[in-house]
Amino acid sequence: MAEPILELKDVHSGYGSIKALKGISLKIYPGEVVAIIGANGAGKSTTLMTICGITKATQGEIYYQGNLINKVLPEKLPTLGLCQVPEGRRIFPRLSVMENLRMGAFYRNDTDQIMKDMQHAYEMFPILGERHNQEGGTLSGGEQQMLAIARALMTKPTVLLLDEPSLGLAPIIVQQIFDIIAQINKEEGTTILLVEQNANLALQAAARGYVMETGEITLEDDAQSLLNNPKIREAYLGE
Amino acid sequence: MSMIQEFKKVWKTYTIGMIWLLGLLWPLLGIHPDGTLSFEKTFTVWAYLFAGTFICLIVYVLNKSGSLDAVKGPVSKVWENGSAASKTVPLWVWLLAAFVMALLFPQFTGRYQQDVAINVLIYVCLGLGLNIVVGLCGMLDLGYIAFYGIGAYTYALFNTHYGVPFWICLPISAIFALIAACIVGFPTLRMRGDYLAIVTLGFGEIIRLILNNWMSLTNGPNGIMGINRPGMWWISFADGISFEHFWFKKLHLMYYVILGLVILTIIAVNRLNFSRVGRAWEAIREDETAAELMGVNTFILKLLAYAMGGFFAGIAGAFFVARMKFVSPDSFIFYESAMVLCMVVLGGLGSIPGIILGAAALIVFPEVFREFELYRMLAFGAVMVLMMLFRPAGLIPAKRMGTRSDDKE
Repeated sequence: MAEPILELKDVHSGYGSIKALKGISLKIYPGEVVAIIGANGAGKSTTLMTICGITKATQGEIYYQGNLINKVLPEKLPTLGLCQVPEGRRIFPRLSVMENLRMGAFYRNDTDQIMKDMQHAYEMFPILGERHNQEGGTLSGGEQQMLAIARALMTKPTVLLLDEPSLGLAPIIVQQIFDIIAQINKEEGTTILLVEQNANLALQAAARGYVMETGEITLEDDAQSLLNNPKIREAYLGE
Repeated sequence: MSMIQEFKKVWKTYTIGMIWLLGLLWPLLGIHPDGTLSFEKTFTVWAYLFAGTFICLIVYVLNKSGSLDAVKGPVSKVWENGSAASKTVPLWVWLLAAFVMALLFPQFTGRYQQDVAINVLIYVCLGLGLNIVVGLCGMLDLGYIAFYGIGAYTYALFNTHYGVPFWICLPISAIFALIAACIVGFPTLRMRGDYLAIVTLGFGEIIRLILNNWMSLTNGPNGIMGINRPGMWWISFADGISFEHFWFKKLHLMYYVILGLVILTIIAVNRLNFSRVGRAWEAIREDETAAELMGVNTFILKLLAYAMGGFFAGIAGAFFVARMKFVSPDSFIFYESAMVLCMVVLGGLGSIPGIILGAAALIVFPEVFREFELYRMLAFGAVMVLMMLFRPAGLIPAKRMGTRSDDKE
C-alpha cells in the first residue's frame, strides 16, 4: 500500500493529570474511510483533538503527509488540508448559514472559487441554500450537522476528521448524513477518519476500523471482519 | 362586563404589589438619620405612585377587554403606514439628515447643551471601542477605562512637558493606549470568560493606582493643569494675507472636533465590523475552539480586538483632556468602566446605532432629571428590570442578517 497520509505513533495526551490517551498508533491511507469505535470516555474525541493540536500530545509523533505536525499550531492545519467537524457540531449559532460557510473558507483568499464552493455546498445540502440567511442556531439538529460538515468542506480538506456525526439525530437523518459522508469520500476523494459510538453504522460506512478502550487501541481490522467479530458484536452492537 | 372580569384577574397581584412597595418605601423615606420616624412623606410619594400605576392599570384592563379597539385600529394603521414609508427612504438619506442635524446642533443650543453633547460624543467613542472587545469578540473587559486614562495622560504629559500640539499628540495617544492594551492583553487573553473579567478589572485598578501614586511623573491625585486645547492655523486678512494660529476656545469648535473624531470612529468600526476580521471576531465570540479548527488564529485576533478597543479609548482620552484642560486619576475609576459597559449593553451589543443611543440615554437622562438625583439608582434598577423584560438584546439590537462587504450574491 501507499504511504499513510496520517499516522500516529505511540501518542500520549491528557487533561492535566488525567491520561486520556495511553499510546495510540494508527495509520490512515489516502482515500479511505476509517472508523474509530468505542464506548464513552474511551478517548476517541481526544484522539481527534490531539491530531488537531487543541489538546497537546505529551509524547509520541503525529505525521501528516510525511511531516511531523505535533508542533504545528491548530489554526495552520486547515491550510494544510486537515480539518475537523467537532463533536456536538459547534457551528457559530449567531452567524448566518452563509457566514458560517465563509468562516470555513477563512484562510482562503480566492473569492471566486469560494463562491463556487459555496454554490457546490448548497447543491450538496439544498436545505442550507434555502436557509442561507438564517442564523445557524435556529437550524434543526440535522441541518446543523450538515452545516458543520459543509463548513469543514469549505476548507478544501484532504483529510476530514468527523467526530460523532450521528450524535442526537433521528435515524433517518443519520442515514442521510452517512450517505453524504460516502458521497464526499467517493466524489472528492477526501480521506475520512470517523469517530462513532454507533458502531454498526460506522463500520458499514468504513473500510477499516479501530476499537478503542480507555485510551488504548485494542483491536484493528477490516470493517467487515469487525462487524463479524463475536466480541465486537457483544460489546458494541448489543448482541 | 368583560372589563370587570379582566379587572378581577389582576387586582390581587396589583394590591399585593402596592402594599409591598409601601413596605419598601417607608424604611427609605420614613426613617431619618437622627432616629426620628415619619409617615407623611412616605404616604404622599406612595399616593402619587398609586395614582400613576392605577391609571396604567385601567388602560391595561381597557386594552385587554377590547374597549380600546376603536382607537387602536386607526393608530396602528398610521404607525404601520409611517414605518412602511420610512423604509422606502434609503439609508443614506437618514444618515445625511442625522449628520446635518449634528452639524447644526450648536447653532440652536447654548453652552450647557453643547457641553452635554460633547460628553455624549466622548462616551460614544469609548462605547464603540469597547463594543469591539465585548460586542464583537465576546471578551468581558471591566478595566477598559484604563486605556482612556493612558490616552489622556499621554496627551497631558507630552503637551505640558514638550508642548506637543493636540493634532500631533492625538495619534500618539491612540498608539500609546494601543501598546498598553497589547501589553495587558498578551498575558491575560489566554483566559476566558469570568477569569478574564476579573483580571481586566485588576489591571484597570492597577493603572489608576499608578497614575495616582507616581508623583514625579503624574503629579498624583493633584492632577496636571494648564493643558492646551487644540489649535489651528487659519488664513488671516488683517494685514495682507498671512497665517495665524488660534486656539479652539469656543465650545462649539470643540464640539465639531469630537464630532469629527466620532464620525471617523463610526466609519472605522463599521468597516471593521463588516470585514473578514469582524466575522472572525464574531466566530471567536460564538465558539473559540471551532474558530480555531477553521484556521482562525484566535490569539492574534483577540489581541487585535483588545488593541483596537484601546486605540479608540486613547483617542477619546486625548480629546477629554484637551476639553477639560486638566486631568486627574479621579476621572478613571471603575465606575466609568461600568458606565461604558452599561451603554454598550443597554444600547445593544454589536450595534453601532444602539451604542450611540445607549450613550445618549445614560448621559442625557441623568442631566434632564437632575432634581431627582436621589432616586437615580432606583430609576437605574427599574430601567434594568424593564430592559430585561422587554428588550433583552438592547435598545437597538444588532442586525446580524444580510451580506457583508466581501459577499457576492
